[in-house]
Amino acid sequence: MKFLAYIRSLAARLFHRSQIDDDMEEELRSHIQHRADDLERSGLDHAQAERSARIEFGGHGRFKEESREALGGIFVETLVQDARFSLRVLRKSPGFAIVAVLTLALAIGANAVVFGVMNGIILRPLNVPQEETLLGTAYGENPAWQSYPNYLDLRDRNRSFEDLAAFKFAFVGLNTGKDPSLAAGFAATGNYFDVLKVQPYLGRFFHRSDERGPNSAPYVVLSYAYWHSHFLEDRGVVGRIIQLNKHPFTIIGVTQPGFQGTLLFVSPDFFMPIVNQEQVDGESLLNARGNSDGVFEALGHLKPGVTPAQAAADLKAVGAYLEKTYPKEVGHKSSSLAHVGLTSFGGPARAFVAGLMLLAGLILLAACANLGSLFGARAADRSREVALRLALGSSRNRILRGLFTEAVLISLAGGAAGLLGSIVLLRRLSLWQPFPGAPIHLPVSPDANVYEVALVLALLSGFLFALVPVRQVLRTDPYQIVKAGSAGRAGRKVTVRDLLLVVQIAICGVLVTSSLVAVVGLKRSLHGNFGFEPRNTMLAGVNLAMAGYRGDSVPDMQKRMLRAMETIPGVESAGLVNGYPPLVYTAGLRATVFKEEISDLRPSNASLTPFRYDVSPGYFRAAQTALLAGRSFSWHDDKNAARVAVVNRDFARKMFGSVTSAVGRYYKILDGSRVLVVGVVEDGKYQILTEDQQPAMFLPFLQSPSSAAYLVVRYTADSRTTAPNRPVRYKRDPQQIAAAMRGKLRELDEGLPVDTQTWNSLLTVVQFPARVATMALGVLGAMGAMLSITGIFGMAAYAVSRRLKELGIRMALGAQRKQVLQTALGRAFKLLAFGSAAGLILGILASRVLASIVYQATPRDPLVLAGVVIAMLLVGLLATWIPAQRALSVNPLTLLREE
Amino acid sequence: MFGQAQLLPGTLDLLVLKAVSLGPLHGYGVLLRIGQISEQALLIEQGALYPALFRLVRQGLLKASWGTSENNRRAKFYELTVLGRKRLREETDGWNRLAAAMGSALTARPEEI
Repeated sequence: MKFLAYIRSLAARLFHRSQIDDDMEEELRSHIQHRADDLERSGLDHAQAERSARIEFGGHGRFKEESREALGGIFVETLVQDARFSLRVLRKSPGFAIVAVLTLALAIGANAVVFGVMNGIILRPLNVPQEETLLGTAYGENPAWQSYPNYLDLRDRNRSFEDLAAFKFAFVGLNTGKDPSLAAGFAATGNYFDVLKVQPYLGRFFHRSDERGPNSAPYVVLSYAYWHSHFLEDRGVVGRIIQLNKHPFTIIGVTQPGFQGTLLFVSPDFFMPIVNQEQVDGESLLNARGNSDGVFEALGHLKPGVTPAQAAADLKAVGAYLEKTYPKEVGHKSSSLAHVGLTSFGGPARAFVAGLMLLAGLILLAACANLGSLFGARAADRSREVALRLALGSSRNRILRGLFTEAVLISLAGGAAGLLGSIVLLRRLSLWQPFPGAPIHLPVSPDANVYEVALVLALLSGFLFALVPVRQVLRTDPYQIVKAGSAGRAGRKVTVRDLLLVVQIAICGVLVTSSLVAVVGLKRSLHGNFGFEPRNTMLAGVNLAMAGYRGDSVPDMQKRMLRAMETIPGVESAGLVNGYPPLVYTAGLRATVFKEEISDLRPSNASLTPFRYDVSPGYFRAAQTALLAGRSFSWHDDKNAARVAVVNRDFARKMFGSVTSAVGRYYKILDGSRVLVVGVVEDGKYQILTEDQQPAMFLPFLQSPSSAAYLVVRYTADSRTTAPNRPVRYKRDPQQIAAAMRGKLRELDEGLPVDTQTWNSLLTVVQFPARVATMALGVLGAMGAMLSITGIFGMAAYAVSRRLKELGIRMALGAQRKQVLQTALGRAFKLLAFGSAAGLILGILASRVLASIVYQATPRDPLVLAGVVIAMLLVGLLATWIPAQRALSVNPLTLLREE
Repeated sequence: MFGQAQLLPGTLDLLVLKAVSLGPLHGYGVLLRIGQISEQALLIEQGALYPALFRLVRQGLLKASWGTSENNRRAKFYELTVLGRKRLREETDGWNRLAAAMGSALTARPEEI
């Protein structure tokens, strides 16, 4: 109630302000008139009496101000006044205001963007009910239950989950009757939606009761976004029949708008029952217990009262049971639980975003340090004004309040500008599709959280940098300054401003070092040796199951496709690899192999777990993978021939000791068959760029056919015109080759969806983390450098302007240019050198962390060290150029005359 | 012209209350009354009176109303409230105790110790 009354009286006072003012004015006037009356009575004439009455009264405005303050409740009023005054002051020095606002806008914008990303992929929970108890079994290197039978056992044997659902990916040709297009969705267990406790937007979802054996539930649920974009929100869509890979499926429902499955990065187009996966994949992946392609992730809600630790122990027990019961197929290593949404990317993503947040925080700190020293310098320049105001009766509080108002105004303007920029950037990021042909997006659209954080950061930094000159104002002695001028120097003491500058330069050094390390590492990783040559190579993903091929017709068709590719003009060679080629979509298939003499083929006895690729005879030539010994495959290495393999150098060395001793030797694969090594090829990268050297084996694709494969087509980089007298070389257009490939494939089968990409463009997926890290660090590094430039510039300019008089005297006494520069800028350079050294050392330490993200990122590279030193030197030169010019152009005569 | 002695901090409010307690006064009248009762010994800056008056009004010790002065001019007259009268009594007691204590302390002679 008291508060309400206060508000009311405040409102009344604000509202009736002019009335109160008039009242006060009249009262003071009445006082002066009474006094004048008295003076007149004592003999003065009228005009003189009035004049001396006014003089006797004293500072009219000041007493009015004090009276108003005595009336109370003028906080808001003063605030408005302060703000108006600050705006006037800032308008008088637009350069300072613009630099300060821009600096803060950059720093706060960077923080808002990074926070937006963190908010989107780490803080914001998945859009499902009771997200906090929803846990997924982590997807590790050799997980225990990635096969469908294992998932069923896990679902039925665990005692910790209410129920467990699972899903895998389904990439299909989707035909609504018009044009077949590629679509990506989830093949989910029947209980998927029930486990998640979500409801449909239209129609119904599928349930566990719909699962009655393989291919028993030809239903499809569309995501809202896909329904919106491909069916134009047609409500009559429920009940319609569409074709997925030439098999009829009935649309039974549409999900709610906010529901995008259970992976944050992926927005599936549709959901289909996993029991129908054979129709889509062309082969059943659900029966073999050893097939780790069965499900991608199993997830469910914990039962009430069960802790994650108990659940993990429970899973471990089931895993141990499975390993004991099926020793040949199941090798149980460990099981862990993770929050659904990021699966195994959670750890690295969190670490990366946390790292970014730290760097962005450093940027903001540097910006505050920068602005703090600018503010300090300004306060020193204005010490005369401050002294005058103090002498005229202004209170120190009021002056400090003005200072803070100025800082907050700047920080709010900077924060608003930064937030605007970050909103634009985040919007674009959330629409960005980093990989062609994959339904991957970053869920980072800005929300209220981002706005709040930006506002709080802006206010905080405003207060932070306004703190710097506080002491200066408090210590101001008006009499001294008004008497002697503001030239009183603090001597050679290390000031807070110097310290701030060193800290800031050190931060900048860290950022510059890490961004250079990342850029150099990325550059090296782009031109590294992958064990194949991605340039001038076109890939075509063809899944024959999408066009209804089965059994023997698959390799026959693949052979025909290869032959057709070779007839395209400009094509040098063509090969085929089942599944995915190396370094595409981080899809590496592992096999388990044994030494020849081992007879007990259980996973724990495995000699190696190499990557496995099934390739055609022409593959090594098309990929330009060098053959080190032995032979490549031929078309005779088919089903009826003996099993043969080509292995990489690492495999040969680890299994047989050396490259030369490997050819002609045997090893065993999981099904017990002996495989003869006929050739050895060079090492390469297979799954990700930062992996250690891994063994790999290549098997003839005719001995293990699969309908999903990539054609690898190598073309000549440039071609000649056929005109004999004027040979003109021109660069071949990859898109021409791609079009020719699609044309040839259409000739073979009209209804076959084909996805053509250059190998290099598909490498962007494995390079993605490194690219993102490099980009982010590059931007932050550039910002750090800019901040240092403005910081040093401010400091140097201030130093020169304060010592102009001294410099003028020195020049008049015959100082040389070099000596003048040394006097004016020596301190700035010393600080720069000190800060850079600290930054370089810290940066080298920080870069160790980077090595895990960016391939071949090492700070111990002379190039990097030289780069950092040169960058910091450039920063210093740039920042001190203008102050140095000013110091050199001092004309002692004019200067001494003026002062 | 209003005497020579500087006011001790905090004594202005007490003086204003005392002056007003002798009858309603406008601002200039308060100054004259203080000069009169202190026998022109206390110096008050004219303008400094008003913040004190407004402060006392806000604390509810004085109330103000517009009226006509003896010069036939419009002026704002102040008078004590009940709260103001009570405060004046308390502060006067306090001041007298302090003055007596200071007086005896400052007149102490060596032989009395």
